[in-house]
Amino acid sequence: MLLSELISVITNDGRNIVGILKGFDQATNIILDESHERVYSTKEGVQQIVLGLYIIRGDNISIVGELDEDLEARLDLTELRAHPLKPVIH
Amino acid sequence: MFNLQLFFSYFKELVGREVTVELKNDLAIRGTLHSVDQYLNIKLENTRVVDQDKYPHMLSVRNCFIRGSVVRYVQLPPEGVDVELLHDATRREARGG
Repeated sequence: MLLSELISVITNDGRNIVGILKGFDQATNIILDESHERVYSTKEGVQQIVLGLYIIRGDNISIVGELDEDLEARLDLTELRAHPLKPVIH
Repeated sequence: MFNLQLFFSYFKELVGREVTVELKNDLAIRGTLHSVDQYLNIKLENTRVVDQDKYPHMLSVRNCFIRGSVVRYVQLPPEGVDVELLHDATRREARGG
């Protein structure tokens, strides 16, 4: 379905990892290729940290979002300021 | 373990409705319920985050999958709740099927 598409994963500890979906399973374990983390802060624009090939364990995943290419192209990450997301508290 | 089958069936009835899902990280996402599975994982279409200024992290996301384990509340349309039917179903469940 979304294989080879650009997706955005929000983890339980509040991190935002963007990459190309290469695989997933029943437990929502996810394989991302060419991934990078988007680090939000209120002091400067969004920092992108290159991670490469990543496997994220399903237990640690909150949201998997499909990135809309047009909206993504219009987004200026250097101008975006926000607090990092809060971690999930069960 | 608590039987989720009843809620699974219930959420399946709500497919196509507009719902707001509040997560355990305080993020609230509004969208059209596309599907739900046995774990109560939820797929939403045409999503927007309720407080976009505070949470711009999903600005370019329009379709998303939410893991059932991180859902705190699902806010439903009032007309989507058949109280009588739910009463009956939960009583039946409490009696043990």
